[in-house]
Amino acid sequence: MVAVRCSHDAAPIASVERVPTEPAVETTQLHKRYGKVQALRGVDLRVETGSVFGLLGPNGAGKTTAVRILTTLLLPDEGSARVAGFDVVREANEVRQRIGLAGQYAAVDENLTGFENLEMVGRLYHLARAQARERARELLDDFELSDAGGRLVRTYSGGMRRRLDLAAALVARPPVLFLDEPTTGLDIRSRIDLWDAIEVLVSAGTTLLLTTQYLDEADRFADRIAVIDQGLVIAEGTPSELKAQVGGERLDIHLCDSGRGDEALAALTSIASDRPFLEDGTVRVPVAQRRGTIADAVRRLDDAGIAIDDIAVNTPTLDDVFLTLTGHAAEPAGEEEEVGAR
Amino acid sequence: MTALQYGISDTLVLAKRSLLRIPRQPDLLVGFTIQPILFVLLFVYVFGGAIQTPGFDYVDFLMPGIIVQSIAFGGFVTALGLADDLKKGLMDRFRSLPMTRSALLTGRTLGDVGTNIFQLVVMFTVGLLIGFNFSGSVGEVIAGIALILLIGYAFSWVFAFIGLTASSPEAANAYGFTILFPLTFVSSAFVPVASMPSWLQPVAEQNPFTYMVNAARALFLGVPAGNNVWIALLWTLGIIAVFAPLSAWRYRRVVAR
Repeated sequence: MVAVRCSHDAAPIASVERVPTEPAVETTQLHKRYGKVQALRGVDLRVETGSVFGLLGPNGAGKTTAVRILTTLLLPDEGSARVAGFDVVREANEVRQRIGLAGQYAAVDENLTGFENLEMVGRLYHLARAQARERARELLDDFELSDAGGRLVRTYSGGMRRRLDLAAALVARPPVLFLDEPTTGLDIRSRIDLWDAIEVLVSAGTTLLLTTQYLDEADRFADRIAVIDQGLVIAEGTPSELKAQVGGERLDIHLCDSGRGDEALAALTSIASDRPFLEDGTVRVPVAQRRGTIADAVRRLDDAGIAIDDIAVNTPTLDDVFLTLTGHAAEPAGEEEEVGAR
Repeated sequence: MTALQYGISDTLVLAKRSLLRIPRQPDLLVGFTIQPILFVLLFVYVFGGAIQTPGFDYVDFLMPGIIVQSIAFGGFVTALGLADDLKKGLMDRFRSLPMTRSALLTGRTLGDVGTNIFQLVVMFTVGLLIGFNFSGSVGEVIAGIALILLIGYAFSWVFAFIGLTASSPEAANAYGFTILFPLTFVSSAFVPVASMPSWLQPVAEQNPFTYMVNAARALFLGVPAGNNVWIALLWTLGIIAVFAPLSAWRYRRVVAR
């Protein structure tokens, strides 16, 4: 099709050549209001093709609203967005052929088997029946659901449902994938399983836009992170840039004899990424990376003959990010995002 | 493939999904098999002796009525399914796919036609076992079955609207039954309209269910139909003409949030 168009007219050539450099997702001044709630107040995002982008923010920040606009589920009030090179409003069907979406709820049919769910989604992407079945089997295999593939989804655990949901988003091998809080509400074990699955995708080069409330999740996958609060992007950068802003990880050491704090500071200065300090009788040591640092700290204090009562790694949380960036804590779980989701 | 072919394919895929649900949800299966059977048996053996139906055996009088009632309620799966899809986020998944949007509604309502056929088989079997007789000609009986399936299809759109309007599957259930149940009873479905109090008779006579039941009765039993078949057909087409666009409108409203 491209060749035919190119031979007739010069303009499409330019657009074809532009495709590789075009960002996978680009938004310009997105606005969306639900009644009195201004969910988005001018959001600009740019996600490079092949990269992983984390949209980080508390409940009600506007993350889901942004994803719903990008996945053609919702029309923006103002502004524009392009996904995979197509306008989400004017070329919605082109966009839909190139995206996968896994939302906050496992959007799978409980009264179908895992296999039937994936086959149905494949058929709705207009794959031939045999192809849809083949793909369903492949995905069940990839997500370690082969054994459960013939069982009704209502017998699945929460983690299995999310994995199936993710598999459903991948049926058409979409170049751009949207995961809206993929691990919210999952237990640790399921969360790690899902992370592993996402890891595989990311290494295969899928462009991924991930929303999350968890800093560690964004940190783990994202090449770039945008922090969103009350409908605005308040910070953007690589994970290390953002963490540098909030101070990174820190060792908190309780000494048996709190009177020896100054000695401890002196002993630990060389392993700290920033000046260690005393606070509430605890020695606090900012560190660049946790690997090996605990052992190092213990050894040094041991050498100095200072006894340790307790030692802990303090990782910055979303709250720390917010406190640093906005001066206020992340809002407690609000209702706005729920309104937006429904 | 053309857009129309995609539309048909998407509708069939979703109709199949809708149908697969029934045998897998025991409460639905009970609703579509045991419940109508019980209704038939209770009416025939408990009320049958007390209800005078001049010119008919009560079984013959009752079966067309109870069939129309059951079929009208068959579309309930659509209300339940749509309300469920909205609640569980499945609607978002479907809408993020490059499928024909309207197939979410047409697939459901087409699936109901499958359910309705199954219901008809169950009801006819029970009816024949307890002494119901078709006295109409083969052509009339076939016309009657076609009319009943069309009625079922029309009510699927009513239920689609209910499912998209109700806040939850439970609410859809409540709406469906409180609105439609009395409507089916104040009709000629179970008792002759002439036996009702005089103030109620005009209501029952103008009730679309009365026309539909009378039409089915005429076609199955071979009694004079009068205008009943045509008026029933008009009502049925009218319901589709009103509720299909209304559901489509409601659907666009409800998902645009």
